Amino acid sequence: MRKIWDIPGGIHPPENKHQSLTDGIGTIAMPERLILPLNQHAGAPAKPLVKPGDRVLKGQMIAEPVGFISAALHAPTSGTIDGIADQPVPHPSGMSARCIELVPDGRDEWCDHQGVGDYRAQPPTALLELIRNAGITGLGGAGFPSSVKLGPRQPIDTLVINGTECEPYITADDSLMQARAPEIIEGVNILRHILGNPETVLIGIEDNKPRAFEQLTEAAEGTGIEVVEFPTKYPSGGEKQLIQILTGKEVPSGKLPAELGIVCQNVGTTFAVYNAICRGEPLISRITTVTGQACGRNGNYEVLLGTPISHLLAHNDFDAKACTRLVMGGPMMGFTLLDPAVPVVKTTNCILAGSKAEFPPAPPAQACIRCGLCAEACPASLLPQQLYWYAQSQNHERLEAHNLFDCIECGACAYVCPSRIPLVQYYRAAKGEIRRHDAEQLKADHARQRFEFHKARLEKAEAEKAAKREARRLAAEAAQRKTATSEAPSSGPGSADDLIQAAKARAAAKKASPDEQKAKLERSVEANRNRLKIARDKLAEGRDQGLDSDAMAKLEVKVNEAALKLKTAEEKLASFDDTSPGKGDSTVADDAASRVMDRVTASRREQLETTVASLKKRIASAEQAIGAETADATIAALQSGLEKQRQKLAEAETALAGLGPDGDQKVTDPTTVDAASAAIARAQAKAAARASMTPEQKAREDLHALDQRIAKARDKAQAARAEDSEHAATLESALEKLEEKRRGLIEALGAEPEETVPERPVAESVPAPSAVEPHPVPNDDPAAAAIARAQAKAREMAAMTPEQKRRVELASLDERIAKARSKLDSALAEGSEHVEALQGALEKLENKRRSLAQQDSDGVNPEGGA
Amino acid sequence: MIEIITQEPLLAALVAMVGLAVAFGAVLGFAAVKFKVEGDPIVDQIDHILPQTQCGQCGYPGCRPYAEAIANGDEINKCPPGGQATVNALADLLDVPAPELDAEDGDQSDVKKVAYIREAECIGCTKCIQACPVDAILGAAKQMHTVIASECTGCDLCVEPCPVDCIEMRPVPQTISDWQWTIPAPLGERLQGLRSADIIATDRDTGTRAA
Repeated sequence: MRKIWDIPGGIHPPENKHQSLTDGIGTIAMPERLILPLNQHAGAPAKPLVKPGDRVLKGQMIAEPVGFISAALHAPTSGTIDGIADQPVPHPSGMSARCIELVPDGRDEWCDHQGVGDYRAQPPTALLELIRNAGITGLGGAGFPSSVKLGPRQPIDTLVINGTECEPYITADDSLMQARAPEIIEGVNILRHILGNPETVLIGIEDNKPRAFEQLTEAAEGTGIEVVEFPTKYPSGGEKQLIQILTGKEVPSGKLPAELGIVCQNVGTTFAVYNAICRGEPLISRITTVTGQACGRNGNYEVLLGTPISHLLAHNDFDAKACTRLVMGGPMMGFTLLDPAVPVVKTTNCILAGSKAEFPPAPPAQACIRCGLCAEACPASLLPQQLYWYAQSQNHERLEAHNLFDCIECGACAYVCPSRIPLVQYYRAAKGEIRRHDAEQLKADHARQRFEFHKARLEKAEAEKAAKREARRLAAEAAQRKTATSEAPSSGPGSADDLIQAAKARAAAKKASPDEQKAKLERSVEANRNRLKIARDKLAEGRDQGLDSDAMAKLEVKVNEAALKLKTAEEKLASFDDTSPGKGDSTVADDAASRVMDRVTASRREQLETTVASLKKRIASAEQAIGAETADATIAALQSGLEKQRQKLAEAETALAGLGPDGDQKVTDPTTVDAASAAIARAQAKAAARASMTPEQKAREDLHALDQRIAKARDKAQAARAEDSEHAATLESALEKLEEKRRGLIEALGAEPEETVPERPVAESVPAPSAVEPHPVPNDDPAAAAIARAQAKAREMAAMTPEQKRRVELASLDERIAKARSKLDSALAEGSEHVEALQGALEKLENKRRSLAQQDSDGVNPEGGA
Repeated sequence: MIEIITQEPLLAALVAMVGLAVAFGAVLGFAAVKFKVEGDPIVDQIDHILPQTQCGQCGYPGCRPYAEAIANGDEINKCPPGGQATVNALADLLDVPAPELDAEDGDQSDVKKVAYIREAECIGCTKCIQACPVDAILGAAKQMHTVIASECTGCDLCVEPCPVDCIEMRPVPQTISDWQWTIPAPLGERLQGLRSADIIATDRDTGTRAA
């Protein structure tokens, strides 16, 4: 015999169990409609798997569990899903919840199902999954999903099966134990297997159920399951109380029995587990007691879940008039049903239709007299009167300090209260209030977090904005400073002035400092002198060695060239010495520049022309020699030499012809190139400056320049003649040309003849040196010529109507564009460095043309309209 | 030593007192530095009690500013969303008598509310999104907005900025899961003016004597 412990407190209310124990387990006719709430258990509501109109079979899962603590729902019979809607459910609030409505077809047709043959061969997890899918929850009262309770993390040493059923009136478990003891024992064995065969397996039964005790003891014989009978006392059936009675262990506050190695299951649940594992039948029905004086018949019935309670009551001759309160559950812990249409759910162990004699109207509560009876009756050893006070004053802190949450709401305190204070209602309300408060606190914390994040986000955005603003401000300031410094020196709005300034700046930039330049020139003079000396030495050497005429001629040419170069360099140096003192004066500088440029082009031409002349001379002498010679071999040699001379001549002539465009590229002396580009830039600047002058002024200036050049040419020619140089003739012809030009200019100045001006623009917008175009007259000054043409054109333009002007301009622009394009093409082909500059110029020209064309069309239309 | 003390009791006492004062002063000074508490803990405690709706009905821009104001001596009854319970909790914390909630400062209703946007009318101006202190409104410019009901604190700050008045505060419907038992009605109400103190033991049988 096992030792039985006692629990503190407890009461002995009238049992009233015999009324419903007269017959066995009865059956109820199939109702017209089953209402299956989705949340018949503790935890998350199940998720429907069917939709209205679906036909379902008995035992078919119609809603699946959602999450860990949840339970499935099955069709209790075959039929059609009528709808999924909110319906009143058995709940103290009398509120509605989502339910699946099933209209039975009366065939009660099972779905495919079969039990597990030998559950011992199955792993516990598989069995737990079966239990979960069978929708089994605790059938004793709370409806906690059994699969969760049967799968604890801690090792279990004691399994307690609760057959206590301590509450008055209720006999559902009693009748089940009496009728189905072997199945219950088999169910216990399954639970043992699932829990890993705990050492102790106990079935606790109060001593007011002797027949159930007998049946179970008989069935449990030889299984090692201990069926324990203990004195009847309310509320022994509470989980924690039963554990204390059977094992003497008290489950600590806030902990679960599993933490002590104990699992407790109701006998009804055990039977449901047996059904699910051995028969494959999910939880679709349960034993429910229908009792109370308002019912003509009392008894226990196997009721399909979802059966409306009104249907159940009708079956038991319910007298609505006699009924003062319809209660689901027992008289101590049950709750009043406001609507008899609510269905039977998994936790419906009893329907109690009480008469006035059983449930008299609640007497008025009186003041608490602190008698202490409640504290004596409390099975959890709490202080109900203190809890009552704190609940009244809503002092949640004190309530929790007094372990309000250990209260099992058994109602023993209210039962014994002489003042008839509804104590349990206070506790329930206080618990709800604390839970709500906790939830609100959680929500408030969440809101605080979100608010702080929101604030941080705004601050960050603001800071970013401020940083951007600051950066913009700084950038704007910097830009302002920059424009202020760059705008300060700009003198005026005149574009010509700007251009001149730019050109001068370019020229100045390109030109080295005067000293450096002078040094360079001196170096070049020196080098040329050396070269001349070497050439002369070679010539002398050749004469001594008696070289043939061909080689001698070559050497002579070399000497001549060297002499010429030396002369040029010396002249350059001299002219530089002339101009450098007046360097600050721009006109002097410009003059010098133009002179330099003249000399650059002229000297190259001179060189080539000299070469051509001397070659011709030699060819003539060679031909004479061929005519005089008689020996074949000598003739052949002479002829080959002649061929060579002719080739050379051809080369020299082509070089002379192509000198214009490529002249400066062929000038090998880097100093000269530098000076030339500087001079060209200056000439351009000068041209631009001239553009703003009156035509007469320009002409005079040109004349002046020409005079200077003529004087110099004359000097040169004289010097050549004095030296009896071979260039004398060339120089003289050049002089003649210059003089011719001068005459033409004087004529133009005097008479301003209306000559046809060649369509050639001022080369102002073409900055590249290569843009200086070749001219048929070798020694002409291109800039001066261009200026002269521009002047003529300007005069012509002045005489034209605006429209005509535009046309002419357009035509000239077209021409210029064409030229610029061809130049660009050749530059591209040669890979010249001016490609970019040319491209820019071309673009500018095209832009200009576009705007002009626009003007033209704009200008024409209104005129046409008028 | 003892001789000096006995001969110069006044001086000895003085020296002893000054010595003790210096010693304790040093200990206190050290403790003040070593165990310095950053921030104001009372503000955190007050902030914890406040309901965090961030509604601004107290006149401060959020719950924490009001908590700081309370810590600096402002009235504790300016929080309508918190209701009397908050006032009581604050009074308890600050150890002052609990005043009545200042109802003039705002609407105090026990029913929880959440903002609801009539989405058909929403023009997508984002004004309510900017007004929401807890970022509970979802939407973008020219897109329909909607309230994330679970995040809404019911502060009602989004209602006013809406140019088309499509936001309304709707009471949160009670569901079976958040239903709770209520405290039994006071006896006075049940017995029409009789207070529980007026009831005597024999009233129990008559039940509704006064009625």
